[in-house]
Amino acid sequence: MSQPAAQSNPPLPQIVPKAPLTRGTLLASSISPFLPPIFITLILLVGNLSFGILESYSKTLLAISTAIAVEMVLGRIFLHKWPHPASSYITGISVGILLRSPAFWPYALCSALSITSKYALRARGRHIWNPSNFGICAMLILASQAVASLSIQWGNNFASLVAIWVLGSVIVSRAKRLHITLTYVACFIALSFLRAHIAGDPWQAEISPITGPMYQLFVFFMITDPKTTVRSRMGQCLVAAAIAVLEFFFRLDNSIYAPLYALFWVGPTALLIEMTINARRARTDGIPAIPDKKAASA
Amino acid sequence: MKRIPIARILVTLFFAALLATPWMVRHFSVPAKDAGTPDAQDTLARYGFSLREVAQSAGINFVHQAPTLDSKLDGIMPEVASMGASVSIVDYNRDGWPDIYVTNSAAGSKNHLYRNNHDGTFTDVAEQLGIADVNQPGTGVSMDAVWGDYDNDGYEDLFLIKWGKPELFHNDQGRHFTPVSDQAGLPRWINADTAVWFDYDHDGKLDLFVAGYYPEDVDLWHLRNTRMMPDSFEYAQNGGRKYLFHNLGNGHFEEVSAKVGINSRRWALASAAADLSSTGYPDLFVANDYGVSELYINDHGHFHEAGKEAGVGFAPKSGMNVSFGDIFNQGKFSIYVSNISEEGVLIQGNNLWVPQQGPALKYDNMARDLGVELGGWSFGAQFGDFNNDGNLDLYLANGYISLDRERSYWYDFAKVAGGNSAIIGDAANWPAFNGRSLSGYQQKRMWLNDGEGKFVDVAQAVGATDIYDGRSVALADLWNTGALDIVVANQRGPLLIYRNTVSTDNDWIEFSLDGTKSNRSAIGAEITLYWDGKEQLQQVSGGNGFASQNDRRLHFGLGKNAKIDKAVIRWPSGTVQTLDNLSPNRLYTVKEP
Repeated sequence: MSQPAAQSNPPLPQIVPKAPLTRGTLLASSISPFLPPIFITLILLVGNLSFGILESYSKTLLAISTAIAVEMVLGRIFLHKWPHPASSYITGISVGILLRSPAFWPYALCSALSITSKYALRARGRHIWNPSNFGICAMLILASQAVASLSIQWGNNFASLVAIWVLGSVIVSRAKRLHITLTYVACFIALSFLRAHIAGDPWQAEISPITGPMYQLFVFFMITDPKTTVRSRMGQCLVAAAIAVLEFFFRLDNSIYAPLYALFWVGPTALLIEMTINARRARTDGIPAIPDKKAASA
Repeated sequence: MKRIPIARILVTLFFAALLATPWMVRHFSVPAKDAGTPDAQDTLARYGFSLREVAQSAGINFVHQAPTLDSKLDGIMPEVASMGASVSIVDYNRDGWPDIYVTNSAAGSKNHLYRNNHDGTFTDVAEQLGIADVNQPGTGVSMDAVWGDYDNDGYEDLFLIKWGKPELFHNDQGRHFTPVSDQAGLPRWINADTAVWFDYDHDGKLDLFVAGYYPEDVDLWHLRNTRMMPDSFEYAQNGGRKYLFHNLGNGHFEEVSAKVGINSRRWALASAAADLSSTGYPDLFVANDYGVSELYINDHGHFHEAGKEAGVGFAPKSGMNVSFGDIFNQGKFSIYVSNISEEGVLIQGNNLWVPQQGPALKYDNMARDLGVELGGWSFGAQFGDFNNDGNLDLYLANGYISLDRERSYWYDFAKVAGGNSAIIGDAANWPAFNGRSLSGYQQKRMWLNDGEGKFVDVAQAVGATDIYDGRSVALADLWNTGALDIVVANQRGPLLIYRNTVSTDNDWIEFSLDGTKSNRSAIGAEITLYWDGKEQLQQVSGGNGFASQNDRRLHFGLGKNAKIDKAVIRWPSGTVQTLDNLSPNRLYTVKEP
C-alpha cells in the first residue's frame, strides 16, 4: 500500500524510525553515540561541583526523567519500540541547565514540550525545531512569569571556559560539524563589532555573551543538531551565519534571548527551504524523494 | 496504518495541552494577591489594619541623596551608587519613645536623627548632637547605621557604616555623640553596607560584625582603575573582607575575624545574628550579592561556615536581606533572604529558609509554597505582626533604579553580566545607563500571614502604595499605640512612615529589655511568649533586614481575647527568666535578674 503513495508524494516516513539517536553530534558515525551525553554530563557535573550552577539536582533530574519518559511513551506509540534514551537525555539535561526557575513544574513542562514537539511539529516526516530550543523558547514566551534562561547564572571562570570550548570543539570536530560552530562564532564576533559601532557601547560588552555559559551549550549542542540542520556543508554554514545575522537584529532590539529566538526562526525555515528544493529537484529529475532515514528520525 | 493518524491527533492534542499549561498555571495559581484600592474602613475590617503614610505631617521631609562616585563610573553611576538609604530605630535618649536615624549618601549631605516628640511629630536633632555632618568629602558616605550600647552605660551608641571611614559615636547620655573611632581601633576605610552588633563570645560586651562590599582598598571617589566590579555575577569572591571587632571593654576593639574563623570576600549586603543552632551562642547569617549566602555557626566563640550543610549556601543568587521570624509559631526562626525577580529575564526568587524538624540544622526554601517568593528586585524586608493576630507578617521593599519608565537597562545588564570575569569585572566594559530604568517603579509587598501556611499580598489594599526605590525597612511602635509602624528609606527618594492603625479587636504585648550580666542593650536576648496554646519566638536584634535595625522593644500580636501563659526570656548571659501573670495590651520593661 505504501509504494504508490511514495511515488506520488514523498512518503510519510515512520515518525520515529530505526535510528533513534539524535541531537548534536550523535549522527556522526565517527564518534560513539554516548560521547555527547557524556560530554554534556561532564559540563553539568564540573559546573555544578565547582560553581553550583544548578538550582538543584532534583530539578535537573526532573527535566531529564520527564524527557526520557515522554520520549519512551511517544516512541512506543509511534515506533512500536523503545527509543534509545540518549537523545532525550541530552534534551532533558539541556533543559536542566538552560532553564532557570525556582519552581519545579517548568522543568517538567519544558522537557515534555521539547520532546513532544519532535512528534507534533513535523514537515515531510521530519521534526524541524531543535527540541530543547523549541521548549525553552516556548517557556520564555508563555511562562515568562516563572522562568528565565541561563544568562547570568554561571561561573565566569576563564579556565573552565577554555576547557569547555576545547573539549566541545574536539567532539564537534570529530562529528564533522565544527564548521557550523566556527561559522557562527566568526559571524557573531564580526557582528559584535558592528553592533558596538551602532550602539556606541564597548565592544567588550557585545562580545561578552559568547563568553558565557548559554553560548557554550548553544554552539555545541543546539546549532549543530543534525536533525534540525540542513544537509550540505555550505548550507550549514549559511544557516549558521543566518542565525548570527538574525540574532544581530534581535540584539539591536534588546532581546535578551536573541540567539535562542534566532535559532527558533532560522532553523525550521532553513529546513523547509531545503525540503522544498529537494522535492522540486526530485520531481524535476523524476526521482522519488525518499527521505533520509536518519534525517527523519526523531 | 490507522494508528498513526489517531496517534497524530492525540499527540497534537497533548502538545496543545502542554502549550496551554503555563496559562493554566498562571490562571489557577497566581500568587495570592489582593489588589484593591485603599479604603481605610474596609481595609480595617478585612485585614485588621491599615497604613497611612504620614512622614510629612510628622515633620519629616527627608529625601535621600545618592552618592556621586569617580567620574570613570559616570556611565553606570545609577548602578554603582544604588545604595545608601538606610533607617534604624533607637531610643537614643531613653525617654521610652522610639526615635529614627536615617542616612544620606551624597558627599556633604547630612544624616538625620529624628527625635520623637511624643505627639505624633519628630524633630531633627542630629546636627546639635553631632551625628549629622558625617559625609564630608574625603571620608566617604553613609550606607547603614546600627545602634548598641557597647560600653554598657545605658545609652545606645552609634556605629555608622560607610563606603569610607567607619565611625563609632559614643552616646553621651543622650545629650551629645562623641566620635571615638580612632580610640576604638577601627580601620581607616571599609566599603561596607552591613554591620551587626552582637555578643559573640558572651562576655557581656557587644562586639561588632562588619561585612564589606567593595574591597576596602578601593576609594570609589579616586579609582586607580575601573576594575572594581564583581568578577562574576553569581560566584564573585573579590569583594570586601569581613571584620569581627571584639569588644575589649575599654573602648577598644580587636579585629579577630581570621582568628575566629570568618574569612570571606563575598560581596555582602546584609547580615544578622541569632542563635539558629541552639547552642546558646549567636550565629551569623550573611546574604551576599553575586553569590551564595553564608551561615557562620558559632561554636562557643569560634565560627565555621555551614551554609552548604544547612542548605542555604547552595544556589547563588543576589542576597540583599536577612530577617528572622518565627512564622509558624513553633519557637524557631525562619530566615528571609531577598533576591531579584524580573519577569522573563531573571527569576531568582526570594528565599524563605524554614528549619527542618530534627536535630540537624537544615533548611528548606519554602518561599514559593508560602507565597513570598516573587517580590521584584527585592531589598529590605521585616517580619512583624501588623494586625496583631498572632502571626508574623512580612513587609518587603523593592525597586532598583527608577529612571525612564519606557526604557530598560535589562538587556545590557544581562548581556554583560553573563560574560567572562575579564569583561564584567571592569566597569569600563559596561554600557552606559543613559537614563534607563532597571526594575524600577515596583509595587511593594505586604504579605499577610494567614496562620495556615500562606501569605497574601495586601500592600495596595492596606495603603502601602509607593513605588519608590525601596531599600531599608525598620519596624517600631512609634507612637506607643500597640501597633507596629513601618519606616522605609528609599534610594533617591523620601523617607516614608507608614502609620499603622490596627483593629482594637486584637490584643498585643510589648517588652523592653535591659541587660545586666548581658550587654545592656539586651541584643541577642530571646523571648518566647506562650498564649492561648501558641508560642512565638522573637529576639532583640543588633541590626537586620537590609541596612536597618528595628526597635529593640519586641512586639507580639496576640489575637482576640488573649490569655497569656508566660513569657520566657533567654538572656545572652544564659540566664533564663520566666514572666507569669502578664496582661495583654501593655509594655513590660524587664531587667535581667
